[in-house]
Amino acid sequence: MQYLLMIYHAEAEEKKMSEAETSSMHAEYGQFTRGIMESGSYKGGNALQPTATATTVRVRDGKTLATDGPFAETREQLGGYYLIDAEHLDEAIGIAARIPGAKVGSIEIRPIWLVPAT
Amino acid sequence: MSPVESLYRKDGDRILAALIGLLHDFDLAEEMMQEAFVAALNLWPVHGVPANPRSWIVTTARHKAIDCIRRNIRFRDKLPELCRLIEDEVESVSFEESATMLADDRLRLIFTCCHPALPLDAQIPLTLHTLCGLSTEEIARCFLVPLPTMAQRLVRAKRKIRDARIPYRVPPDDLLAQRLDAVLTTVYLIFTEGYAATRQDLSTEAIRLGRLLVELIPGRQEPRALLSLMLLHDSRRDARTDDAGDIVLLDDQDRSKWNQAQIQEGIALLNVVLNAGAGHTRYALEAAIAALHSETPTDWRRIAGLYNLLLGVHPSPVVFLNRAIAVAMVEGPERGLQLLNELELSQYHLLPAAKAHLLRLLGREKEAATYYQQALSLVVSEPERRFLEKRLGAGRDS
Repeated sequence: MQYLLMIYHAEAEEKKMSEAETSSMHAEYGQFTRGIMESGSYKGGNALQPTATATTVRVRDGKTLATDGPFAETREQLGGYYLIDAEHLDEAIGIAARIPGAKVGSIEIRPIWLVPAT
Repeated sequence: MSPVESLYRKDGDRILAALIGLLHDFDLAEEMMQEAFVAALNLWPVHGVPANPRSWIVTTARHKAIDCIRRNIRFRDKLPELCRLIEDEVESVSFEESATMLADDRLRLIFTCCHPALPLDAQIPLTLHTLCGLSTEEIARCFLVPLPTMAQRLVRAKRKIRDARIPYRVPPDDLLAQRLDAVLTTVYLIFTEGYAATRQDLSTEAIRLGRLLVELIPGRQEPRALLSLMLLHDSRRDARTDDAGDIVLLDDQDRSKWNQAQIQEGIALLNVVLNAGAGHTRYALEAAIAALHSETPTDWRRIAGLYNLLLGVHPSPVVFLNRAIAVAMVEGPERGLQLLNELELSQYHLLPAAKAHLLRLLGREKEAATYYQQALSLVVSEPERRFLEKRLGAGRDS
């Protein structure tokens, strides 16, 4: 079963981090990612550029509307994700809890909806 | 009663638990179990009752599930994995269960129903529905929720279990303590719900679940402490209301109506817990307090001491309130009032009721009446309302 682990964090807080803190965070992420690659859970994952680079698109009445920024203003923003393979939700929770960002932000776990190829 | 009917009553919940374990789908399991029982109603009177009726039902329901999944696959090619899984199981093992295997299924199921990924307001209804066999209607009534609301809550929870794949297992050791805590909380809430609303069926179900946990996780003391606590409280069931259904205070209860066998069992369980050195946990302390309350005369000094310890491990306003009452019994009502005045609990009717009680002991009748009125404006249960009205009236008469 595949799950998407979405990493939410407060961008404003992250900007205040010192260089040393940032590099140790990166090192932790590197170690975590290698760990789940070796265990076979890893299916994909990426860090996202900050929401300042985000664009939101809607199509209404056939017209494409592109606007600056994320869809909703929230305290925490999506900062990255992992796609993992896990036996069940408990295993996914266990992996999500080891994501370094879980200590400062939060991780949302969503099961992937597998739609059969037609 | 026909063999089919008596099997359904006696083992329906176990069979359902086994099927949920095999099919990983609550709704499918329920539906197929119903179909298997219908088949039994048609076949058993003709062909005779099979040697192991329980296995027959489980096996039949499982075959029906496979048929059902195969039929669905023709239309939506969605469940090949599940189908293969079940077929493998059907072919590899003939279903010859032992009693413990079915019991284990129920244990796994209760951990699934109380999984932290499910909303709290669904955990208890789901437990009552799947492990105690209560209908959606009964559960809606007992939580004072409209039937469609409760039905939707159950449907959502079952869907989440299936779609997010909440595991159906007893958690491994590193998760067990934490998850067991959630299970025990659920069982205790079912018990207290039944106790407060004097719904004996709920209290009985909670005790049954408590026994199941003690039997299946004998190595841990928390379930034993909880079972002891529930038995001790429940032992006073027949004495705590009078013929009119009105509440009778502990001091005024007819002790000959207390269930001595249940008290003895509760105390024996508590002793096992104490001997294992697990006496300082929440349920063990509450059980010890309940045990002291079944002795005469009541040892309020020890009870107050136990409440002090309980406040350390489970610092809730309700414990604080009970401790204040115990202290009042030892050091006098004024000290109790002092403690109660530190509490802020705007919605809890027992706080003004306790204050009123202590004020009356001090002869401050006018203030007592004000607090009884306040308690009356907050109370929800009908027997408790009548009790408070009586107390208020008693003050007016004197």
